[in-house]
Amino acid sequence: MSATAVHADDHAHEHEHHHKETFITKYIFSIDHKMIAKQYLITGLIMGTIGILMSILFRIQLAWPDESFTIFEIFLGKWAPDGVMDPNAYLALVTIHGTIMVFFVLTAGLSGTFSNLLIPLQIGARDMASGFMNMVSYWLFFLSSVIMVMSLFVEAGPAAAGWTIYPPLSALPQAMGGSGAGMTLWLVSMAIFIASSLLGSLNYVVTVLNLRTKGMSMTRMPLTIWAFFVTAIIGIVSFPVLLSAALLLIMDRSFGTSFFLSDIYISGEVLHNQGGSPVLFEHLFWFLGHPEVYIVLLPALGITSEIIATNARKPIFGYRAMIASILAIAFLSTIVWGHHMFVSGMNPFLGSVFTFTTLLIAIPSAVKAFNYITTLWKGNLQFNPAMLFSIGLVSTFITGGLTGIILGDSTLDINVHDTYFVVAHFHLVMGISALYGLFAGVYHWFPKMYGKMMNKKLGYIHFWFTAIGAYGVFFPMHFVGMAGLPRRYYNNTNFPYFDDLQDTNVLITMFAIMTALVQLVFIYNFIHSIFYGKKAEQNPWKSNTLEWTTPVEHIHGNWPGEIPEVHRWAYDYSKTREDGEYVIPGQDYAPQTIPLQENEEELHH
Amino acid sequence: MTVFLTIIVIALFGITIWQMSKIVNLSQGVGIPDSQIANDEDNNMQGKIMLAFVAFLYVLMGYCFIQYRSYFLPETASEHGIEYDRLMMISVVLIMIVQLITQVLLHFFAYKYRGNKDRKALFYADNDKLEFIWTIIPVIVLAGLIIYGLFTWTDIMNIDENEGDPVIVELYAKQFAWEARYAGKDSELGKANVRFIQGVNTIGVDASDPYAMDDVIANELHLPVGRKVIFKMRSQDVLHSAYMPHFRAQMNVVPGMITEFAYTPILTTEEMRQSDYMVEKVQTINEIRKEKSKELVAKGDEPLEPYTFDYYLLCNKICGASHYNMQMKIVVESEEDYNAWLKKQKTFKEVISAQAAN
Repeated sequence: MSATAVHADDHAHEHEHHHKETFITKYIFSIDHKMIAKQYLITGLIMGTIGILMSILFRIQLAWPDESFTIFEIFLGKWAPDGVMDPNAYLALVTIHGTIMVFFVLTAGLSGTFSNLLIPLQIGARDMASGFMNMVSYWLFFLSSVIMVMSLFVEAGPAAAGWTIYPPLSALPQAMGGSGAGMTLWLVSMAIFIASSLLGSLNYVVTVLNLRTKGMSMTRMPLTIWAFFVTAIIGIVSFPVLLSAALLLIMDRSFGTSFFLSDIYISGEVLHNQGGSPVLFEHLFWFLGHPEVYIVLLPALGITSEIIATNARKPIFGYRAMIASILAIAFLSTIVWGHHMFVSGMNPFLGSVFTFTTLLIAIPSAVKAFNYITTLWKGNLQFNPAMLFSIGLVSTFITGGLTGIILGDSTLDINVHDTYFVVAHFHLVMGISALYGLFAGVYHWFPKMYGKMMNKKLGYIHFWFTAIGAYGVFFPMHFVGMAGLPRRYYNNTNFPYFDDLQDTNVLITMFAIMTALVQLVFIYNFIHSIFYGKKAEQNPWKSNTLEWTTPVEHIHGNWPGEIPEVHRWAYDYSKTREDGEYVIPGQDYAPQTIPLQENEEELHH
Repeated sequence: MTVFLTIIVIALFGITIWQMSKIVNLSQGVGIPDSQIANDEDNNMQGKIMLAFVAFLYVLMGYCFIQYRSYFLPETASEHGIEYDRLMMISVVLIMIVQLITQVLLHFFAYKYRGNKDRKALFYADNDKLEFIWTIIPVIVLAGLIIYGLFTWTDIMNIDENEGDPVIVELYAKQFAWEARYAGKDSELGKANVRFIQGVNTIGVDASDPYAMDDVIANELHLPVGRKVIFKMRSQDVLHSAYMPHFRAQMNVVPGMITEFAYTPILTTEEMRQSDYMVEKVQTINEIRKEKSKELVAKGDEPLEPYTFDYYLLCNKICGASHYNMQMKIVVESEEDYNAWLKKQKTFKEVISAQAAN
């Protein structure tokens, strides 16, 4: 370890000598992890704006079906003749909303931003193991974002077969317009996205394993790093399977193979395809699709662990149990994918197996929730906006996670599968929770990223309106689902049985619009603070981790002198000596760089 | 009904904003430049809002459970649904207990331990006993749920054609309609494949298969009460899903393979219509429809038809533009009515010979 550190030192000095950076190498093709993190964040936020706007459009359609809206005409053009949304446009909106939010915002925007920013800073490294690969990873992500956005303007419409793109619907342009050029672009975009994600993940794993500073053993790493590290491993294990699914689908679509197609009669003719199985695609898709949930969620949980401990002025409760939970969740996440397929027609015995593994995953999740609650107990809670979002995350993670016990049970899944109950469940447990994690991270590390402080009052307003809005949207939605209302229905007026649900749909849409509008407060705060925010101190939250020992001004190589050495874990908050005085008198935290004091014992956490 | 919730929300927001402005004033009064880091006033205020928020959450949950109780599906119309509903009830009660306890603890701790300068946090990093307890409790509870669930699942999914005298029905799905094919007197469906689709043979039955001759194809699903029905599902184009919520039944329909589901209807359409639940529900719906019709008539459109309840089968797997309107009526009736109805339908032989005669 020390050899690497020394080497990195030399490297840094070298940099100081020729410090000629042009605009292009500094802001565009930068290989500095801090700049790449910002690039990820801003791209992610732009994609997020598009994704949320789409959800508002289809929520309006659901609340007031068949009515004409100027806003549809503005955004959808020919897809909303006279302002009435076309059914194909509705399906396209839900499809692209799902794709953008899951992959572009919560995978790249969340994990990409904070893995890049925090891994080198918190483990004490000058940069990522490969800065160049890191840059390539970002630019591939950018390219895939551009292609995905471009696909919205295709003549026959963008991909519209649902974000899960099950064939044959996604394979046959005869089945729906969106399965033509729109789907081709979707697949190309995702293939590039996967390449980007793999390059990033490999880099994270290598960096965490090899570039930790002296004294930073694995069991002294902050939980953020543990979460990013394990997330990267899950990504490496599961994303290639999605790539294979995408490639096979491309072959079925363009080269006449029959991996997923068999016995199809469409538009008055029988297709030649024989012997393929759509269920195979479902297996391949969900082999990524389920771990993906944790790829999205684990970084958020890692961020939350760090923020809750810092702002509670207490060590995170059960550090080892938290790591064990992360590892258990990661392992189990790769063997539960079949719970998305209980009624897909696969062998019912498999359903039993997947029920078993799925409900097992509730155990480490429960442990994490309990540990968060205990961390708050007898703390000295500092309610910075990041802390509020972290507590909000624990709340939605519990609410959304609990309904997973119903959906993960193959029996109960029969009647709520693909209804709004599922929509409510996964939005709370992964959508909202991960978004809270993203916001918490932005509020907490904004001073590190931009050297400025975000406005806390706007942060409070942002949080409380979002918290009320999120529950207002998704809690009633469970009940709509219990009534048996299927998701992805353009309108429900063909079933008079659902007429009495309409009021609730209006209510949900109202909450959704309010929640979306409040995000403007965040955007304003974010942009305004970058330029006019109050200048940040070096360690505004009085935190223990290494990133706060770097100067506020960004420099290449992170630390001006030598890389600091680590002497303790990251959670020595409010640690006292035997006489009741803090370990460092008058200061309730002991940064990782402080050596053990006299008479102080290092706990074996 | 929305009004009540909206008022609460607005009130809470009002309080929030009012308190925010108070914070602004307070922080200016102290004379230290605002550092954008939470100070004691912030902590105090945010802690209190935490408590208000959990109250809001409880009200929201209570409101949903009371106000939306009519959304829950009526008593099950199939035999296995009884077990299903019981398991659902147990699970919902269980998760709501956990929900109520953990949410209140989370937000109450947030309120109780809101920070100030004089408070000292407790350095409390580990407690093996505590962690063991809250690992083992979920393990036991989940083990119970898993075992109960798996037994029910195996019962539902164990489909045996040779047991009793089941009705065999093929559900045939295509963009965007359903058809039903009954096995007829021989209780055996004729072979079928999309490659046989031609003319009136729209669902590709093999006309050379003698078993196919007495098959009956209909676009309404009639089922005899009290007799097991085995569904064999086939799709001609893309994935569909046959979802019959009142029977707690759902199975995807996959091109290239035959999927199966089975249940025994226990309530006829008429019995379900007469149930208290359904009478009230239909009344509510018809009031809503009457209101809507008034608006429509005022605009010069046709008024809506009054609604009577029928079971339905709907498509629950995205299948294209008209996915939202891919449905089929289900009629559950007495054995005699069912037989009489079946007799009135044309057999496959009659259908193709009529075509040949033309």
